[in-house]
Amino acid sequence: MENNLLIVDSTLRDGSHALGHQLSAEIITTYARGAEEARLPLIIVGHGNGLGASSLQLGISLLPDKEMLLTAKKQLKKTKLGAFMIPGFGTIKNDLQPAIKIGIEVLMVASHCTEANITKEHIMYATSTGIETYGVLMMSHMISAEELLQQALYMQSYGAKGVLLMDSAGAYLPEDVTKKVSTLVKGLKIAVGFHAHNNLGMAIANSVAAVKAGATIIDTTSRGLGAGAGNCQLEVFVAVMEKMGIKTELNLYKLMDNSEYIATIMKKPQEISSIGLTSGLAGVFSGFAPHALKHAKTFNLDPRDILMELGRRKVIAGQEDIIIDVAVYLKNKNDIKETTDEIEALL
Amino acid sequence: MKTKRVKVGIIGTGNIGSDLLKKVLRSHYLECGIFTGQNPDSEGIKRAKKLGVTTSFTSIKAITENPDSCDIVFDATNAESHLKHAPILKKMGKFVIDLTPSRIGKMCVPVINMTECLNEQNINMVTCGGQVTIPIISAIMSVHPNTKYVEIVGSIASKSAGIGTRNNIDKYTQTTKDAIEMLAKAPLAKAIIILNPADPPITMHNTIYAQIDNPNLDLLKKAIDVTAKKVKQYVPGYHVVVGPIADNDKVTIMIEVRGAGDFLPAYAGNLDVINAAAITAAEAYAQKKLLV
Repeated sequence: MENNLLIVDSTLRDGSHALGHQLSAEIITTYARGAEEARLPLIIVGHGNGLGASSLQLGISLLPDKEMLLTAKKQLKKTKLGAFMIPGFGTIKNDLQPAIKIGIEVLMVASHCTEANITKEHIMYATSTGIETYGVLMMSHMISAEELLQQALYMQSYGAKGVLLMDSAGAYLPEDVTKKVSTLVKGLKIAVGFHAHNNLGMAIANSVAAVKAGATIIDTTSRGLGAGAGNCQLEVFVAVMEKMGIKTELNLYKLMDNSEYIATIMKKPQEISSIGLTSGLAGVFSGFAPHALKHAKTFNLDPRDILMELGRRKVIAGQEDIIIDVAVYLKNKNDIKETTDEIEALL
Repeated sequence: MKTKRVKVGIIGTGNIGSDLLKKVLRSHYLECGIFTGQNPDSEGIKRAKKLGVTTSFTSIKAITENPDSCDIVFDATNAESHLKHAPILKKMGKFVIDLTPSRIGKMCVPVINMTECLNEQNINMVTCGGQVTIPIISAIMSVHPNTKYVEIVGSIASKSAGIGTRNNIDKYTQTTKDAIEMLAKAPLAKAIIILNPADPPITMHNTIYAQIDNPNLDLLKKAIDVTAKKVKQYVPGYHVVVGPIADNDKVTIMIEVRGAGDFLPAYAGNLDVINAAAITAAEAYAQKKLLV
């Protein structure tokens, strides 16, 4: 297979979720230097939700975006510096322009999978300044391959160099990846990528399926560092690629060393907890977990039942208020069942 | 007795324009002289025709070629188009109420600066999120001038965001932030806008966070209630649903806006709040004009 695979390292972006957005200058410096040594083509740096997302709503990052980017930039020569952005959080004037001034070379502009047309201003602006820009469709398990293609075509028309499908909930199985990625590969003129999460333990398998279906961009993190169950583990994925005979220019030993460094700064090992697993099974946003745990305690329910019901209702991020509604519904349902059981016992 | 009304023109026949039209038709001081867009097949034009309104698909030309069609012009297109429309309408001496985030005219939030705005020729209605949150933030600033930072999170239903809003999402976010700093005098503000595709659609929801050392919740509640009452006079579906509550120095207030259901169903409080503010401004201008 020819060597045109772009392996993206989002450790210092998606990994920031796992650290409560507390990436320090020391972590950024050490990791960025390691990334350069491992010959990674691109690292994405910043708050877990991207430029301008440091907020009371999502968590304040330890360092401002500018400082994070500048700190990483100092360590990079060949490795490109990239940023991530969700329209509606950061703005072009306050967040993107300063990032471009610092010297980002790549930008990923993300939206919920049905809302691609809100990325137009940002993709067009970044492209017009010569930034290599990609579109990202989040929670992409929620709609069909054809619907995803339609959304990806918008991003292509704005000038994106590629479109990545993000499995935000870690809900894909390899067959889903094959179908959706190949539909995009067939229908687009630009590159197609995949960003996996590991809730069902499928992050590596799904990334491999994406490559086999024609994806040429795989988004990963060292040690799998990320929100909830974590991401596609960079060094493991690269090892699998080597075993499959797909050459990368990366230094695998160095990637492993970087991963050992990440292990020393992790708050806890990146593992699939029962809540993470249930989120993947239900296909819900991993940020719902703390709310489900809280309301489960209040209403004396199993948090997994709440997550499964949220999945059935196709609730998405931003609808945290529905979680109480679901808890009350489940509580009432349980009460009715108990009464029926009592009556049956009497008969 | 026949009441005299002031004629308005509406440019833009999408969600905002169509909702404005319904509100104009209900007003005691306004009547619609022209409803004009670009696309002869637009649903908005078809609906307006059915309502017996004069329509056109030549956009602003319908007004330049027929200057008597209106005294007040609502621009419900997009920021880029308003940049072209503004100088033309200025030359014609029209009172312009801009619903795009073009930032050309003076920013107007009725409960904050209505009187000053009536002396302008072109006023800008900020954004839906700005119309909801700026009155409350202004109340917070009056109680606690030492407030350090204010953040708002506005969630609207995807179905209520038309193509104009989507194409201008960045300008909406930036304009909301800047208007909070300019009109509500917050020292530092941040605006977050979320389009939520959930079905059934969610009601417009706004969260305000304010960082205040030693917040006085009783005084804040009083000031917020008084302000909410004033906004409710022109946006009946405006409700403070949570707060103010405090977690150390973080004060949280949540506001829901249910629309009047004029054009889109009640979930689209975002349409209602900016259009109700625009109509309030138009009626104030009309009353002033009718008195002269």
